[in-house]
Amino acid sequence: MTRQMTGAKMVVQALREQGVEVVFGYPGGAVLPIYDEIFQQNDIRHILVRHEQGAIHAAEGYARATGKPGVVLVTSGPGATNVVTGIVDALMDSIPIVVLSGQVPTFMIGSDAFQEGDTVGITRPCTKMNWLVKETDKLAETIHQAFHVATAGRPGPVLVDIPKDVQFATGTYVEKPKARTDHYAPRVKGDIEAITRMVEMIETAERPVFYTGGGVINSGPAASQLLREFVEATGFPVTSTLMGLGAYPASGKSWLGMLGMHGTYQANWVMHDCDVMLNIGARFDDRITGRINAFSPGSKKVHVDIDPSSINKVIRADVPIIGDVGHVLEDALKIWKARGRKVNREALARWWKQIDEWRAVDCLAYKPSATSIRPQHAVARLEALTKGMDRYITTEVGQHQMWAAQYLGFEDPNRWMTSGGLGTMGYGLPASIGVQIAHPQALVINVAGEASWLMNMQEMGTAIQYRAPVKQFILNNERLGMVRQWQELLHGERYSHSWSEALPDFVKLAEAFGCKGIRCDNEADLDDAIREMIAYDGPVIFDCLVEKHENCFPMIPSGNAHNQMLLGEAETQGVIGASGAVLV
Amino acid sequence: MSPLQIKQGSSKHSAYDLRDPNAELIETHTLAVIVDNESGVLARVIGLFSARGYNIDSLTVAEVDHLGHRSRITVVTSGTPQVIIQIKAQLERMVIVHAVHDLTVEGPSVQRELALFKVRGKGEARIEALRLAEIFRANVVDSTLESFVFEMTGTPEKVDAFAELMRPLGLVEVARTGVAALARGA
Ligand SMILES: Cc1ncc(C[n+]2csc(CCOP(=O)(O)OP(=O)(O)O)c2C)c(N)n1
Ligand SMILES: [Mg+2]
Repeated sequence: MTRQMTGAKMVVQALREQGVEVVFGYPGGAVLPIYDEIFQQNDIRHILVRHEQGAIHAAEGYARATGKPGVVLVTSGPGATNVVTGIVDALMDSIPIVVLSGQVPTFMIGSDAFQEGDTVGITRPCTKMNWLVKETDKLAETIHQAFHVATAGRPGPVLVDIPKDVQFATGTYVEKPKARTDHYAPRVKGDIEAITRMVEMIETAERPVFYTGGGVINSGPAASQLLREFVEATGFPVTSTLMGLGAYPASGKSWLGMLGMHGTYQANWVMHDCDVMLNIGARFDDRITGRINAFSPGSKKVHVDIDPSSINKVIRADVPIIGDVGHVLEDALKIWKARGRKVNREALARWWKQIDEWRAVDCLAYKPSATSIRPQHAVARLEALTKGMDRYITTEVGQHQMWAAQYLGFEDPNRWMTSGGLGTMGYGLPASIGVQIAHPQALVINVAGEASWLMNMQEMGTAIQYRAPVKQFILNNERLGMVRQWQELLHGERYSHSWSEALPDFVKLAEAFGCKGIRCDNEADLDDAIREMIAYDGPVIFDCLVEKHENCFPMIPSGNAHNQMLLGEAETQGVIGASGAVLV
Repeated sequence: MSPLQIKQGSSKHSAYDLRDPNAELIETHTLAVIVDNESGVLARVIGLFSARGYNIDSLTVAEVDHLGHRSRITVVTSGTPQVIIQIKAQLERMVIVHAVHDLTVEGPSVQRELALFKVRGKGEARIEALRLAEIFRANVVDSTLESFVFEMTGTPEKVDAFAELMRPLGLVEVARTGVAALARGA
């Protein structure tokens, strides 16, 4: 059956066929026909944001909390350029996002028409793929292809640019099963020979570690289950990147905490001293490796990744395995069991003894404050008071983000959304709204810094309009804390433009938006204030006034090795050499 | 080297020392990249090279299969072995790329480019230019009383050699297509 319809109708029909329930967007001239179609149906919910950047971060939060692609609809020109930051963010963190943008009519392209922008040109380097659709007949198929590309293999953002005349014109609708998608079929099964070599290494390893990343989360809940089974059965220690938190439960006995620049003492030492490193869906990011030529010098490395270009990009893998984490873990587990579930128990016992000594350093310990609130304490109390709840956490970017990663425990995948690769301030508030839209009954908290939060604070309007009871837990140090920390450590305490002298009154701001504001400035009142936030049935802006000059530790200064961690305030001046100072 | 004496990494975006121990072993590879013949595809491929700091020594592109909608991009690139592997992996994962052939490692290949040379001169030099053109099997495709345009196909080395010889004889302009290459054999 061939169906004729307008391009605008096709957009809605294709979204419906793709199982899309929510679209985050903002209207404008070049997408009016599509908005007209959205008006006339009830299957797809449209969330009107306050700024297009908010739409794409909300879609990212939605995608990460559900495992489904996030969908964004924006107009041409400024609408499209406003989503560029989010597109890069999604590319860096491998988040499946489909952006639909309006474009000036085909016959006006190239004439510097009103709100014309070279959207496919601007987004080409930061999308997995993008398309300018010039014929209505090709529109439906292109949208189906876009969903396929966004979600297949290593997920990522795609963009479909749709000129207004293509939306108005009538064409033939191509149904999803008829859309050609077969030419993009990344490999998901790993090479069995390589997997067998990985199993051999598991059998004989004396000081092994599972180093897991966002790939485990992206692979789906089954991959996390398999990882858990493998870790329990082998008794190997496990650490994770920022992106992979929750794949293995923080309460699990083999959990070492996060690794990397602000990772735990034990996780980084284990990485440095291990003899077998099992990288499962992580990419040897520079926040993780520190100085490359001092990275885990004595280990043999297995690298499982669905993206062949991740392999040997930064660190040479002894056993590269290209494939989906879930598939590879399943095969590896099967082979390991069939060969008799062997591990080197004696050596492992020695390894754990060593690890326990590192754990005893208690690198996340902090002292309470009599005069204000230690930010670590604020996060630790948030953890204690929300433990066991149906909870999702988003963050902004800065010190608070690292404290959230360190002091919150994630028991399940898809419960932690943070901008890792790009480090986008302003991500957390809109992301929290996207998560809440996906999980209306859950407790969704954005652990924020006051500076980041201000970058997309207009989205409180969205939260209120859609009754998304998101909790904005702002660790307010009146500083660009992370910038201030670096200035203290490597720019001679010259605090160039790293504080805000004119912060708003967050409680009044909450009232102005029509939600609840709470302020807390001492540790004695903190628990009650957090309880009040949780209990409130609606959005809350929580202004948590914390120590202004607290630093985030442990810290591996840029350009240093894993075994050169700074643990505390002790002697931090001049620790980053000239060579480290040029690094970011 | 930066003022801080930091060794630049192999990527211009990174100050990290990503250089492998064989950094001095720069290899030149000829890659044939089979892509969809769609708008923006060439920009995407070239953008990859500039964004990640890879070299392009030569590049040619044209549709080679009209029905199948395929173009062939022949790119000559250079880098350390690790970088070459990265380039191939980065190309292979692009949605619009169907195949990447490294003609340098996949066995012997034929490499040719077409070049046009404008040589201006009179008397002895002019005769000498014509004589050399014959030796190089270059054709005269345009002539006036004081100039020739020669056309030649050959390996890049042959084109280079001919250009060198023409320089003292009045070479004023060169146009080259860049390398097209195919694997030898069936
Ligand atoms: C859009 C953007 N601009 C600049 C930066 C650089 N940056 C990283 S952290 C930071 C400070 C963040 O301050 P705040 O949100 O208050 O968090 P804190 O570190 O104080 O917890 C800055 C400016 C960034 N990551 N993103
Ligand atoms: Mg701050």
